[in-house]
Amino acid sequence: MKVTVNGTPTEVAADATVAALVAERLDGHDRVAVARNGDVVPRSAWTRTPLAPGDVVEVLAATAGG
Amino acid sequence: MATEDVRTAALAPALEQEEDADPLVLGGQTFRSRLLLGTGGVPSLDALEAAVRASGTQLVTVALRRVEASATGSMMQVLDRAGVRLLPNTAGCRTAREAVRTARLAREAFGTSWVKLEVIGDDRTLLPDAVELLDAAEQLVAEGFTVLAYTTDDPVLGRRLGDAGCAAVMPLGSPIGSGLGIRNPHNIALLRDAVSVPVVLDAGIGTASDAALAMELGCDAVLLASAVTRARHPERMALAMRQAVEAGRLASRAGRIPRRWHAEASTPFEGLPEL
Repeated sequence: MKVTVNGTPTEVAADATVAALVAERLDGHDRVAVARNGDVVPRSAWTRTPLAPGDVVEVLAATAGG
Repeated sequence: MATEDVRTAALAPALEQEEDADPLVLGGQTFRSRLLLGTGGVPSLDALEAAVRASGTQLVTVALRRVEASATGSMMQVLDRAGVRLLPNTAGCRTAREAVRTARLAREAFGTSWVKLEVIGDDRTLLPDAVELLDAAEQLVAEGFTVLAYTTDDPVLGRRLGDAGCAAVMPLGSPIGSGLGIRNPHNIALLRDAVSVPVVLDAGIGTASDAALAMELGCDAVLLASAVTRARHPERMALAMRQAVEAGRLASRAGRIPRRWHAEASTPFEGLPEL
């Protein structure tokens, strides 16, 4: 199915969860937050939160900023 | 000379004790340092680490961005090593809705309910949008966040933010990154008087004298980023800012002399010989 991850249209498995998506993109970051369609998905809910077609997902981490 | 040395030595411990009794209390937490440092614009992680250490800061701002953006994992390691507390910001948000969502995400990512609330209303000046800002502040306070609100130097808006339950009100001296210093010192002093929570001068600081002035005007702390991170020598400027904040705070507590139109002789005229 098609979802949008960090602004990019992405094909993911039909049974993909937030946890699976984050694992692919973690890239060494341990302090990460995920928004699905604008709402926070708490870390504790990642494994039991399935993605749905058309979901807009943001995977966020710290960067330098004032 | 000998007498002077003895007096200086006797005075120093007393002042140190006095400084110990003058911590910054912010959101129920106590800080020795009254300098908050932003990480934006930092040229390298080494420069960041050196600047954080030289500044003596205990509270450092970070932003939240899409994960592929940069090698931020190591920035967090630098900040962890320095033992500073993180203050996530909502930089780039234009509406209360975006800012509230960003604060919730930051709480999830960093495990802190502290947030530097920024809601920007104009691209060129990056000035705060007062209406969206107050709305976001009220929502975040209701959700249990410790809100440090970046705002204009309007004393009335400052008071409203304090009344809304913000832990600190943070007026700008001049636009973000401009280095123009404090363009309206009178407003900063008025805002200080109007607000009962800590006031942190945020944005516009260009050099050490600007930071000292903020403290002399009665601000409780200074938050700056560009002035240090974009200085030719960030570590040196960080130390300058630390000393300026300390000097300004001491001067504020010491009580400056009134300004006069004419001279006021410091040497007595009595006993002046007729020559």
